[in-house]
Amino acid sequence: MLDIRGLAASIVGKPILKGIDLTVPEGEVHAIMGPNGSGKSTLGYVLSGREDYEVTAGSVTFNGIDLLGMEPEQRAAAGVFLAFQAPIELPGVNNANFLRTALNALRRSRGQDELDAVQFLKLARAESKRLAMPEDMLKRNVNVGFSGGEKKRNEVLQMAILRPKLAILDETDSGLDIDALRIVADGVNALRGPDFSALVITHHQRLLDHLVPNRVHVLAHGRIVRSGGPELAKELEKSGYAGLIAEAA
Amino acid sequence: MSATLTGSAGFLAKFETLQGRLPGDSNMRAAAAAAFRAAGLPGGTQHQRRLESWKYTSLRPVAEARFAPDAPPRHEVETILSGLALLDAPRLVFVDGAYRADLSQPPAIGFASFAEQAEMGTLTWPDREPMVALNTMLASDGASLHVSADQDGGVVQLVSLATRDIDIHPRHCIRLDPGAQLTLLEVSAGQGTYLLNTVAEFHVAEGARLTHVRLQDEASTAFHVSTAYANVAKGGTYDSFTLNIGGRLSRTEVHAELAGVGAVVHLNAAQLLDRTQHGDFTTVIRHVAPNCTSRQTVKNVLSDRSRGVFQGRIEVARDAQKTDGYQMNQALLLSPQAEIDAKPELEIFADDVKCSHGTTVGELDAEQIFYLRSRGVPEHEARSILVRAFLAEALDAVANETVRAWLERSVETWWARRAV
Amino acid sequence: MPAVTETLDTVQSVTQSGYKWGFETAIEMDLAPKGLNEDIIRLISVRKQEPEWMLEWRLKAYAAWLKMEEPHWARVDHPPIDYQDLHYYAAPKKKPGPKSLDEVDPELLRTYEKLGIPLKERALLAGVDPDTVQQTQVAVDAVFDSVSVATTFRETLRKAGVIFCPISEAVREHPELVQQYLGSVVPVADNFFAALNSAVFTDGSFVFIPKGVRCPMELSTYFRINARSTGQFERTLIIAEAGSHVSYLEGCTAPQRDENQLHAAVVELVALDDAQIKYSTVQNWYPGDSEGKGGIYNFVTKRGACRGARSKISWTQVETGSAITWKYPSCILQGDDSVGEFYSVAVTNNYQQADTGTKMIHIGKGTRSTIISKGISAGHSNNTYRGLVRMLPGAAHARNFTQCDSLLIGDRCGAHTVPYIESRNLTAKVEHEATTSKIAEDQLFYCRQRGLSEEDAVGLIVNGFCKDVLKELPMEFAVEAQKLLAVSLEGSVG
Repeated sequence: MLDIRGLAASIVGKPILKGIDLTVPEGEVHAIMGPNGSGKSTLGYVLSGREDYEVTAGSVTFNGIDLLGMEPEQRAAAGVFLAFQAPIELPGVNNANFLRTALNALRRSRGQDELDAVQFLKLARAESKRLAMPEDMLKRNVNVGFSGGEKKRNEVLQMAILRPKLAILDETDSGLDIDALRIVADGVNALRGPDFSALVITHHQRLLDHLVPNRVHVLAHGRIVRSGGPELAKELEKSGYAGLIAEAA
Repeated sequence: MSATLTGSAGFLAKFETLQGRLPGDSNMRAAAAAAFRAAGLPGGTQHQRRLESWKYTSLRPVAEARFAPDAPPRHEVETILSGLALLDAPRLVFVDGAYRADLSQPPAIGFASFAEQAEMGTLTWPDREPMVALNTMLASDGASLHVSADQDGGVVQLVSLATRDIDIHPRHCIRLDPGAQLTLLEVSAGQGTYLLNTVAEFHVAEGARLTHVRLQDEASTAFHVSTAYANVAKGGTYDSFTLNIGGRLSRTEVHAELAGVGAVVHLNAAQLLDRTQHGDFTTVIRHVAPNCTSRQTVKNVLSDRSRGVFQGRIEVARDAQKTDGYQMNQALLLSPQAEIDAKPELEIFADDVKCSHGTTVGELDAEQIFYLRSRGVPEHEARSILVRAFLAEALDAVANETVRAWLERSVETWWARRAV
Repeated sequence: MPAVTETLDTVQSVTQSGYKWGFETAIEMDLAPKGLNEDIIRLISVRKQEPEWMLEWRLKAYAAWLKMEEPHWARVDHPPIDYQDLHYYAAPKKKPGPKSLDEVDPELLRTYEKLGIPLKERALLAGVDPDTVQQTQVAVDAVFDSVSVATTFRETLRKAGVIFCPISEAVREHPELVQQYLGSVVPVADNFFAALNSAVFTDGSFVFIPKGVRCPMELSTYFRINARSTGQFERTLIIAEAGSHVSYLEGCTAPQRDENQLHAAVVELVALDDAQIKYSTVQNWYPGDSEGKGGIYNFVTKRGACRGARSKISWTQVETGSAITWKYPSCILQGDDSVGEFYSVAVTNNYQQADTGTKMIHIGKGTRSTIISKGISAGHSNNTYRGLVRMLPGAAHARNFTQCDSLLIGDRCGAHTVPYIESRNLTAKVEHEATTSKIAEDQLFYCRQRGLSEEDAVGLIVNGFCKDVLKELPMEFAVEAQKLLAVSLEGSVG
C-alpha cells in the first residue's frame, strides 16, 4: 500500500507540491488528472527519488517502508517503477542489455537468481510479442531514434519485464494512436493483481476507458482538490477543470 | 629603422634610436624590448625555436623586408581613402601610423590619441607574444576610446592607411563602461611594402556591448599582423567579425576572455585569398566565468596558390561550469594549389559544459554547380553564387545592415578582380 | 550481456584489490647491469645471437638517439627519466628455446593463466542467439619482460604459410624479410623513443602473411613487465603481402610498483596491394595508485604503411592503463584507394595522463580514413586527443571523417582535443567533429530508477559512449575491454 501524507516538494526553491494526501491500497489503480503545471509529473519524480526535487514536508511509505529516505535504485528494488513522460535516450546502450542489467540488479536485491542471456531473451521476446512490439526494438539503443509512440511502448515493455509493485505511468498515453493506447492499457491490465498497484497520470478519459481506475484524483496547484470513482473522469471530460479549481480555491 | 639592418635586429636598432622619444612608460618598453630580443620574429630565422602558436605562419618575409620610414610617401592618401568607400559616420584616420586630424571626424564620445596620452592597457602579454612585444617596444600612436555607462557610442570608423614602405605599430585601447554600446569599424589599407603590426585591447564592462567589424584590405605586397585582446564582464557582449581580403601575409590573432557570468563572445571571420596570399586567423577563447556562451563561424575561400590558416582554441577553466561553446570552421578550396591548415582545439577543465567544434574542408559541390548550369547559369556565375552562399553564414552574423552591406561590397570587389 | 554482468562482478571483485593484475611473478631473472652504452647494446645482441648487420643497425640507432632530445610537446608532465638507471635486458632464467609449453617454467604458465590467456569468455551479446556465437581460436605470443616465452599454434600457422614468431627468432631465421622491412615504416631516428627502442629492443612479435593468405586465426601477443627497474622495449613487425588478411591483438599488463617503469615499443605494419591488417590493443599497464604514485610510462610509436593499392590498416585501441600514455598509431596511405582507420577509447582516472591520437597521411588517390576517438577523464587526470589529418597534393578525392568525443566525470579532470587538419588538394574532403560533455543527470536517474546503482549506471553509459569503438574489437577482446572500462573508472563517481 502506498501512503502519502502531507507531501510538499519544491524545485529550485519553488514549491510545486503543497500538501498531498493520497492512499493507494494494494491491487488498486488510481488515476491522477489535472491541468498542466498542477504538479502531476513532480509527484512521479518525488516518489521515484529524482534528486533535483526537494521534499519540504510530509511522508511517503510504501508497504510500510519510508520511501523518501531511499536512493532511486533502492526504491526500484522495492518495486517502484516510473514510466517517464519523456523517456531518456542512452546512446550506445543496447535495449536488451540495459533491461537485463536492470532486471538482474532487481533480482539480486530480492535474493533471486540472475537470468542468463538465453533465459532473458526468451522472456523479453515473449513480452515484446505480447505488446505487439517489433523484435528489433530489443536490439536498438535505449530510446535512441525511437518515435514518440515507440518510446512509450518501450516503457511499458520495461514495466512488463521488471514487474513492479507500484507503477507510476506519467502520461504514457500521450502521443499514442488508438491501437497503441489499447496495447499500453492491456499491458497494465495484465499486471493487475493483488500485489500490483498503479498511479496513472493522464490528461484524457480515453485511456481510462481501457484501464478502468478504482479511484480518480484531481490535482491542481499542488493539491488534490477532488477524488471520486471512475465516473469523475467522465465528468471532467465534459466540464473541464475550471469549475473544480475555482471551487477549491 | 636602420637602413642596413633587417628583421629583429632592424627593429631593435630602431628602438635604440627612438628610445626616450617614445611616449608612455619607458620601463614597459624596455621589458618588451628584452622579450622581443629573446623571441625574435616568429619564424624570422631558420634556427629559431619554433613556437607552436606560429606553427603554420612564418614571418620570414617580414624579416627579409627592408623598411624605409624616412623615404617620402609614394602614394596619394586621398586615392587610397576614396577606394575604401567609408560610411558616413565619425572616423579616426591614421596615415603611416600618425593621427591625421585633417582627414578625421572625431566621434561625439570623444577620443584621445596614443601620441598625446599613451595608454598601454592591461590585457596584453608582450612576454608571450613576440609581435605584441614588438608593438609595445615601438608603438607611437593609436586611438583611445571610452564610452561612459549606458551611453551609445554609435558607429566609429578606425582607419589605418599606409603610403610607403614603413613599419607601423598602432596601439588602441577601447573601454566600454557598464551598459555602454559601440560599433567599431576597423579598416586597414594602403600601398607599398609595409608592415602594420597592431595591438588593440577591448574592455567590455557589465552589460556593455561592443560590435567590432574589421576589414583588412592591405596592399598585395604588405604584411599585416594584428593582435586583439578582449575582456568581457558579466552579461557583456563582444561581437566581432573579421573580413580578410588583402595583404601578402596576414595574421589576425584574438584573445577573448569571458570573465563574468553570462558573458557572450562571437568571433566570426571570413578570409578570401588568392594569388600567393597567406592569411592566418588565430583565436583563443577563454571561459573563466560560469554560464558564458561563445560562438564562432570561420570561413576560408582559397584560390590560386593561397594558403589559409585557422587556429581556434576554446579553453574552459575549472570554475566555468555551464559553458556553452561552439565553433564551426569551414574551408573551400577553389584551386589545386591552394592549401588550408586548421587546428581547432578544445581545452576543458570543467565537467558541466557543452563544447563542440566542427571543421570541413573541400571544394565546391560539383552537383550543385551542374544544377545551376542546367538552369542556364554560366559556370563562373554558378561558382560565384555558391561561394557567396558559403560566405553568407558568417556574414549574416553581422546584425547592422549598413555594415553588412558595406562588407558585402568588399566581397563583390574581391570576386570581381579575380579570374575564376 | 554476460559482458555487463561480468563487468559488474569485476567491479565488485576489485573494490578491495584495486588493480587486479598487480601480482608479481616469482621467477629467477637474468638481468643486464643498469645503464645504457654500446657495451649493453652489444650484450643484448649477443644474448639474442644476432647477426652482425643487426648489431650495426642498433648501434646506428643508438648514435642517433644520443643526439636527440626527449619530446616535450605532448600535454604530459613527469620528472626527468634517468635513462642510465634502467635495466635494458631482463629475461626469465630458463633453458634456451622451449620446444613446447611443457618446458616453460610452470610459474610463468600460472602467470598467463591469471592473465586469462587464452581468453575463454564468450561474448553473448544481447539479441544474439547463443548458437551463432563462434568460439574462435587465438594464437598467442607471450612476451615476458624482454623475452618471448611462448608462441602457440605455430604449426597450424606454418601450414598456412604464416610466420608468427618472436622477432629475435625472425632476425636469425628470416633475415631477408627483417632486413627489408625493419625500420622501413618507423626509421631508426624517427623520434627519441623510437630511436631508443631501435637501439635496445629485445623482443616482440614478427608476423608475415604471404600473398593471398587469410590468416586462419587471430594472432595475439601478451606483454608483461615483471622485473623491477626494467624498461620494456618490444618491437613488432607485421608484413601482409598482396591480398592477405590478418587480425592481431595485443594485451599489456604490469605488476603494481611504487616506481615508474618505462615502456617504449615500436610497431611497424606493412600492407601491400589489397592486404588488410587489423591491429587491436587493450592496454592495461599498471596506472599508478590513487595518489599518482608509480605506474608505467607508455611511450609508444605505432605506424602502418598502406603501401599497396586498396590496402587497409585498422587500429583499434582501448587504453585504460599506464601513468602516462604517449602514442599515436598512424597510417601512411600511400597506395591508391587505401584505407586507414583509428578507433580509440582512452580512459584516465586518478592522476593518469594520456596524450594519444593518430596521424592519417593521405598520399595516394582516393585514400580514405576514419578516426573515432572517445576520451573519458575522471579523478585528477588529463586526457588529450592529438591527431593529424594531412591531405597531400596527390591525394585526389581523398576523404577523412573524424569524430572526437570527450566525457568528463568529476570537476578535477581535464579533456583536451588538439586536431591538426592540413589539406593541399581541393578534391580532398575532410570532416572533423568534436564534442565535450558530461554524463547527463537524467540518464543517470533513468538507469537508477530501473534499479541500477550509480556506479553501474556510469559503467553502462560509458560503455554506450564507447560502443562505436568497442564494436571494432574482436569479440574476445570486447568482453575484456568492457570490464576494463568499468574497473578503470572505479571510485570516480559519488
